[in-house]
Amino acid sequence: MRLPRQRDERIDRGRELSFRLGPWESTGYEGDSIGSALFAGGRRVFSRSFKYHRPRGLTCCTGHCPNCLMTVDGVPNVRVCVEPLREGAVVEPQNVLGKLDFDLMSIVDKVGGPFTPVGFYYRTMIHPRKAWPLYEKFLRSAAGLGKLDEHAGHSRRYDVEHRKARVLVVGGGRAGRAAALEAAREGAGVVLVDEGDRLRGVDLAGVEILSRGRAIGVWEGGLVPVDCGTVLYRFRAERIVVAAGTIEQPLVYPGNDLVGTMFPRAARKLIREFALKPGERAVVVATEDRALAVEDDLRSAEIEVARVVDLRETPLERIQALARHGHVRGIALGDDEIECDLVVASAGRQPSYSLLAQAGARVEFEPELGVLVPGELPAGIEAVGTVAGDGLPPVAPRPSYTGRGKCFVCVCEDVTTKDVKRAIAEGFDSLELAKRYTTVTMGPCQGKLCHLPSVRLYAQEVNVYETDIGATTSRPPWAPVELGLLAGRHLEPTRRTSLNFRHEEMDARMMWAGPWRRPYAYGDDPEDEVRAVHESLGVIDVSTLGKLLVEGPEAADLLERLYPNRFADMKPGRIRYGVLTTDGGRIMDDGTIARLSDDLYYVTTTSTGSDAVTAWFEWWNAVWGYDAEIVNVTGGLAALNLAGPQARQALGRLTEDDVSAEGFRYLDAKEIEVAGVPCLALRIGFVGELGYELHLASPAAEHVWDRLLGQGAVPFGLEPQRVLRLEKGHVIIGQDTDSESNLLNAGMSWLPKLDKEDFVGKAAMELFADREVREELVGFTMEDGVVPPEGAQIVIDGYPAGRVTSARRSDEVGAIIGLAWVPPERAEDGTRVEIRVDRQLRGARVTHGAFFDPAGTRMRS
Amino acid sequence: MSFILPCPFCGPRPVDEYAYFGEVTRRPGPFPTLRELTEYVYFRDNVAGVQREWWQHRLGCGEWFLAERDTRTNEVVAVHLPEPERSGEEAPSSPPGDPVAAEAT
Repeated sequence: MRLPRQRDERIDRGRELSFRLGPWESTGYEGDSIGSALFAGGRRVFSRSFKYHRPRGLTCCTGHCPNCLMTVDGVPNVRVCVEPLREGAVVEPQNVLGKLDFDLMSIVDKVGGPFTPVGFYYRTMIHPRKAWPLYEKFLRSAAGLGKLDEHAGHSRRYDVEHRKARVLVVGGGRAGRAAALEAAREGAGVVLVDEGDRLRGVDLAGVEILSRGRAIGVWEGGLVPVDCGTVLYRFRAERIVVAAGTIEQPLVYPGNDLVGTMFPRAARKLIREFALKPGERAVVVATEDRALAVEDDLRSAEIEVARVVDLRETPLERIQALARHGHVRGIALGDDEIECDLVVASAGRQPSYSLLAQAGARVEFEPELGVLVPGELPAGIEAVGTVAGDGLPPVAPRPSYTGRGKCFVCVCEDVTTKDVKRAIAEGFDSLELAKRYTTVTMGPCQGKLCHLPSVRLYAQEVNVYETDIGATTSRPPWAPVELGLLAGRHLEPTRRTSLNFRHEEMDARMMWAGPWRRPYAYGDDPEDEVRAVHESLGVIDVSTLGKLLVEGPEAADLLERLYPNRFADMKPGRIRYGVLTTDGGRIMDDGTIARLSDDLYYVTTTSTGSDAVTAWFEWWNAVWGYDAEIVNVTGGLAALNLAGPQARQALGRLTEDDVSAEGFRYLDAKEIEVAGVPCLALRIGFVGELGYELHLASPAAEHVWDRLLGQGAVPFGLEPQRVLRLEKGHVIIGQDTDSESNLLNAGMSWLPKLDKEDFVGKAAMELFADREVREELVGFTMEDGVVPPEGAQIVIDGYPAGRVTSARRSDEVGAIIGLAWVPPERAEDGTRVEIRVDRQLRGARVTHGAFFDPAGTRMRS
Repeated sequence: MSFILPCPFCGPRPVDEYAYFGEVTRRPGPFPTLRELTEYVYFRDNVAGVQREWWQHRLGCGEWFLAERDTRTNEVVAVHLPEPERSGEEAPSSPPGDPVAAEAT
């Protein structure tokens, strides 16, 4: 069903492509759009309308109107009129109950009219109240366009690319090409973005052409994202030239949505580019020479042109399309009724000003032309061609055509002139209100085809000038964008320690810990690893700890003011535990601080806190200006914690330095050589046994790890470490504390030194000291053998009064132990509290201090 | 938000390269009242106009600096390095008390 070869034909008749519409196999040619291939196969009904389920066919052929929305290869709401045909494409109709040509829901159009006026669901579906879930179910399935395939998964990959341009030209029409060529004469860096394929292979000297790209908005700083399907180019342009042209506007008359109604541009495109015959007998109604000239195209395609009406010369009181099964069968013009199956109608052209308005241009109604045009433009953006209103003919007079049948202002949302009038009568007396009530301009075209008609209709109905109404705000995106494109590719870097290969070789169960991958445990039972640490020797990879160097003559003063406790009096070679607080008195992070020399401190932070703590230090020092430098060395250093009763002997066999109990005391920091590798060794006891934290250059980590394992150290993972630290009652910041926790209620009131002149959080702590504590962090042991989950409620008299933050089974203690926040009246040692686990209340006893080795003799030994 | 912000060292760069740390607040002296403290920790002026605020060129040179930005238009009127308290030239200007508030932006 194709015409003979056309001069501007885009199809390659030598290359046939097959595709499917539902169960029907069909073919088209290379260069076809899916819409043109379907049209060539005889399909006229492409979709069913949103509310009335009226049949709709190809109307604009430019990707603006909602009439050809279909699901293509599982992607809903594809405008098939501009979607290139691909071999094997699977096309499905949308918003249809039954078939495209016989939609069961179209009953709404026949009988629903009087019952489904604008806003009907606000009024009719509230009684009886109890029936709402039923109504809702129906409305949810009836509303919305297209269905997402929930099982499609990540079927497409999206990317974002950052680009720069000296001049970015949007629109590849005559004006856009001329502007691009002119800009290219001044130098390189000119990019032309065009929605279609027409410039593919065209050579514009010095201009980079981006075909099938759509500028979706203009943001500050000259940012123009360009949607190229699966790639989003984020262009930064020094100068933006908008040559977006115009959008043809529908003529508003009864039956203006019938299948067989087209814009002149659409009819011309079907004939010239796809060699298709849009109808047999046509009537043309238009307001300008360019649109009227479509007559020649129609005749060349051997379409009988029954009548051509130039609305400028022959103003008509009555235009009404005559329907047969939702298709055009004729049109009444004045008193004449003309038989035809194709109405080529246009009310004129509206500048496509949206990008300009987003950039800050004022948009005003131009009474001479009858359209909205962009006014004064901000710096850095220009408008060329018809988008600026240049050379644009005036549009048709206000729509006042009467007759029977629905007269659509907005085909996306099925809003008729009657709906708008009714909304005005009901008191929605500003366009913005009427818009929200009727949803006119809120459909898929986002006002491209209905903003102007609704402004004009509104002005006519409330008897004001269009100039007084103004335009609604233009917001990005200018055209629909797939969410995947905005999200880009999921690229969140995983952090792995320098011992990652060792963990993998040992088949460790890996887990996420913030951005890090860490071993959960190496064997099947974490208990075995706990036992090894208690009885002999264990080693854990703690390279994820944040590590900072703070150096300078005033490093001590800086730390003294950042931390609530004291650091200036520390002797070189000693370590102190520190908790960072905010000026609100809240706990922020914790770690150990080792003084390596008079003006060099080594600070560790929690695994997730290193970046935040670095920023925190730098920020405060930007305020205070101490003579100290802060360097984050987290990535460069590995850290291993060697812990267990045999730790000293094992370390002693690998070093010649003094690691004796007297020569290397608890909380000493020493630079020693372990297995030939210089290490900073910190004697601390996070896991409660004699332990050495070895910090060393990452590349040497595997070597030292191997040697430690050679000494009989059993690697242990994060889970055993959590059991071990819980036995000691050691708090994990962020796990056992939250943004409300402070040093007083978290059981660390011994830590802040309030006699210091200043530190971050001092004033808040002084004020807290006088206030009643609302909850306290305490330990507990369960009365039975149930492990409460994290977040389990502490229940007092039937009400939730606290929560569990950590709980584990400890063989060493011989009970289930944990940490919890409880009200102060329940915080006494030995108080019984009840914890809700699986809807049952379980008893527990409050404890304080460590569960295991409370005197700390083992870690100090 | 996509404006261009000039780093005092690196010059104009897209805002994505920077971390924003909120408006400059005044840290009260020793022994503030509860009201003075909570005002400093929790209250923000949130002006519609030119605001002094903290920025860090996080993905660039890492420098911390102050910008004067019109919050209505994102026009950056001026940028400068902070005058540290201890240089004695300017009254103290401090980070807000709660990093949670800063991270949320």
